[in-house]
Amino acid sequence: MDAFEAIKVTFFQECDELLADLEAKLMLLEQGQTDLETINAVFRAVHSVKGGAGAFGLEALVRFAHVFETLMDELRSGRKPCDTITIKTLLRASDVLADHIQAAQGLIPQVDEGRSAALVAELEMLTHGGEAPPAVEDEDDDFGFMPMAFDMALDEPVAAPEPELEAVGWRIVFKPMGRMYANANETGLLLRELGRLGPTTVVLDDSETPTLDALSVEDGCLTWTVDLDAAVDEAALLEVFDFVESDCELAITPLGGASNMNAPFEDEPAAVLPASDDLDIAALLAKASGAVADPVPETIPFAAIEPEPAPAVATPAPTPVAAAPVAASASVAPAPVTIRVDLDRVDRLINVVGELVIQQAMLSQRVLESGLARSSGIALGLEDLELLTREIQDSVMAIRAQPVKSVFQRMPRLVREVADMVSKQVRLVTVGEDTEVDKTVVERLAEPITHMLRNAIDHGLETPDERIAAGKSAEGTVRLAALHRSGRIVIEISDDGRGINRERVKKIAIDKGLIAADAPLTDEQIDNLIFAPGFSTAAVVSDISGRGVGMDVVKRSIQALGGRISISSVPGKGSTFTLSLPLTLAVLDGMVVAAAEQTLIAPLPTIVESLTPQAADLHFVGGVDPVIRFRDRFLPLIDVALIMGFREQPMNPTDGVAVVVETEGGQQAALLFDAIQGQRQVVIKSLETNYQQVEGVAAATILGDGRVALILDVDVIVTDMRRKSIRPDFKLAS
Amino acid sequence: MTEAKDPQRELIAFRIGSQEFCVDIMSVREIRGWTPATPLPRSPGYMKGVINLRGTVLPIIDLGARFGLTTSEPTARHVIMVAHIGGRMVGLLVDAVSDILQMSEASVQPTPDVASDQVKTFVKGIFSIDGRMISLIELDYILPQIEAEAA
Repeated sequence: MDAFEAIKVTFFQECDELLADLEAKLMLLEQGQTDLETINAVFRAVHSVKGGAGAFGLEALVRFAHVFETLMDELRSGRKPCDTITIKTLLRASDVLADHIQAAQGLIPQVDEGRSAALVAELEMLTHGGEAPPAVEDEDDDFGFMPMAFDMALDEPVAAPEPELEAVGWRIVFKPMGRMYANANETGLLLRELGRLGPTTVVLDDSETPTLDALSVEDGCLTWTVDLDAAVDEAALLEVFDFVESDCELAITPLGGASNMNAPFEDEPAAVLPASDDLDIAALLAKASGAVADPVPETIPFAAIEPEPAPAVATPAPTPVAAAPVAASASVAPAPVTIRVDLDRVDRLINVVGELVIQQAMLSQRVLESGLARSSGIALGLEDLELLTREIQDSVMAIRAQPVKSVFQRMPRLVREVADMVSKQVRLVTVGEDTEVDKTVVERLAEPITHMLRNAIDHGLETPDERIAAGKSAEGTVRLAALHRSGRIVIEISDDGRGINRERVKKIAIDKGLIAADAPLTDEQIDNLIFAPGFSTAAVVSDISGRGVGMDVVKRSIQALGGRISISSVPGKGSTFTLSLPLTLAVLDGMVVAAAEQTLIAPLPTIVESLTPQAADLHFVGGVDPVIRFRDRFLPLIDVALIMGFREQPMNPTDGVAVVVETEGGQQAALLFDAIQGQRQVVIKSLETNYQQVEGVAAATILGDGRVALILDVDVIVTDMRRKSIRPDFKLAS
Repeated sequence: MTEAKDPQRELIAFRIGSQEFCVDIMSVREIRGWTPATPLPRSPGYMKGVINLRGTVLPIIDLGARFGLTTSEPTARHVIMVAHIGGRMVGLLVDAVSDILQMSEASVQPTPDVASDQVKTFVKGIFSIDGRMISLIELDYILPQIEAEAA
């Protein structure tokens, strides 16, 4: 790939981000947040796309973006009101913009020209307030781009120009914490340092000082506001506070010529050192400026606290300061610094760390076997190594963790399109889009969510007329929520539609021969029929949901990820699909257990408690199926080795250990093992890579001794395998 | 016979019981000694379980059992041929690897009717070398049927 192509790839990556941002900001507008900042953000996103596209000569994209941008310019100047119709149009325009970008990338063959042209017309109509649009686009377009200029356009947000540091001075609000004094730093010296940079005006705010009886001498309760009347480099200021910045609350804002400052920077501190999390900088600033405005500030001398007598308002002789070159980056509001890393590199790192964890466990086991004392230097060193390994692993996994936002952001467009297609009014509410989950999981969420959203709109929601007739608002609501629950990520998709028509579902299932006509089914069982292969409720296979893939495909793809899906529905009120997935596909905290000759791993999140079965607590339902009394409830006791076929005869429960587990559905059961060997974080290895899914086994891992151990799929064991346990090749005890 | 008309294939020959089989050498990645495998629950009898191959979970198929031959418990003298079959890595348990052969396609004869049905499913053809009969195995047939049977 030549350099130009590489830049182009970066451009399209940027476009994806810009589009996501655009969408998010448009959603804000739609929710009524039509402030200038949001409109500006939309303008910037479109403008940046156009800028980059111009550099690559992507004319169709530039033309469309230009029209879009022109309207945004009208909106941001306030010449046009940002009303609902405009916002709806903008939303559709962003969809077409996305299409143009995809077409430019070659991802889709071409843009729907008719749709694009119609939107251009609409946008121009809005821009010119109903007048005929100008015949040609104005030539004095400010984008006479040359590829040379491109790098800049990419690297810096176009509409966030470098702040012009024409500030004639700085205001430093400085509040030492107790530990700064404890570290033998002295405020007086710092103030003197500042004084060397230029003439200063120092105001002390002692309003936080408690009365003597409540005063703890080790606390810092004084705040100094220093106005420095010199155009020095901010870095020079920061240097003064270099050693104490973590021990004080510090806010540095440019002073003077407000007209010199750009609007976005005007009302926020140019640099805030993250010194303390409990400090409200804005409040502090307000207080600080209040104190300055106050004609009679409390002017107690330092001497009250500090041994060195110094005037409260000190104006040391101005020292000439070399006008250092202005460092632009220093005064940009702090944003998380990020780098772009090739995913392959991260994956390689994760794999290696996975191997490291295994190797470390292997080493520990060998040391243990060699009979070295636990207190020996080697054993202790290994313990530290284990902690470090674990920390490395957590950190590496955190690199891959991503908010589900990237998936959720794609959904509003889908909802709009599907809603248009079926002529329904739909409002999408998303919750918890910052919920983080491993990247591989995020990627694989998109498809099932898309499918279920389509289903919710197409099948779940009623038409506006039907809704009104049912006493609901014409607009249906679809809620998409993400949350963490007991070590898993849960995605809920709920609608306030008609709910599942159980009669109809049952009839279809009978017609298709999925169930017997007289099968006695609970409501829950009927609801779950929609996951049965070959089931499709739509009377007419529609363009939207009926694409040949049913909910059974969704269910299977979720299961392949170690996830589960369930549905609950209330007739007339709506349905909720709940999807639960592991947070990561790479590691798992597990309990190492022995069953017959085998070592197995039980996922820790499923385990409630472990206990030694007492003969008095054991009972046999119908004389065969063992149950165990646990906190006054009877739980089925499952001999895992037996149902897995590792053993022919059931073991005597009192010889083993019972582990009480809880399934996703809240069902509890006790699993019987020979012994518990310990607890360990294990690296998940898929069985499907080289073989296939095995019933009752979620995955495999490699233990310290280098052997493969199976990770139990507790849900399947508790709910499915137990019922099917009687098979010709391993009978229950006779 | 010329190379252009009749390409030579390199095959790896192995023994199961008293019979000899061979597979295309290109599909075999490595050969290693038998190590105890972790059994998989509810799997067909010829699935010996899984082993750790340098961090990869490798399923082991007892090839003899897969062919319907009687097999004994594997010992340290048995070998595992690590083969690449349709994007997957699979370990094939056999008694011993015996030879590397150069064979022309033309010398392969169709499987005679006398062989058992299960063997015939996997045997693509037979040929003779120095009076020994060697069956050519098509590995592609082995995996899809695992799925069909276990599903």
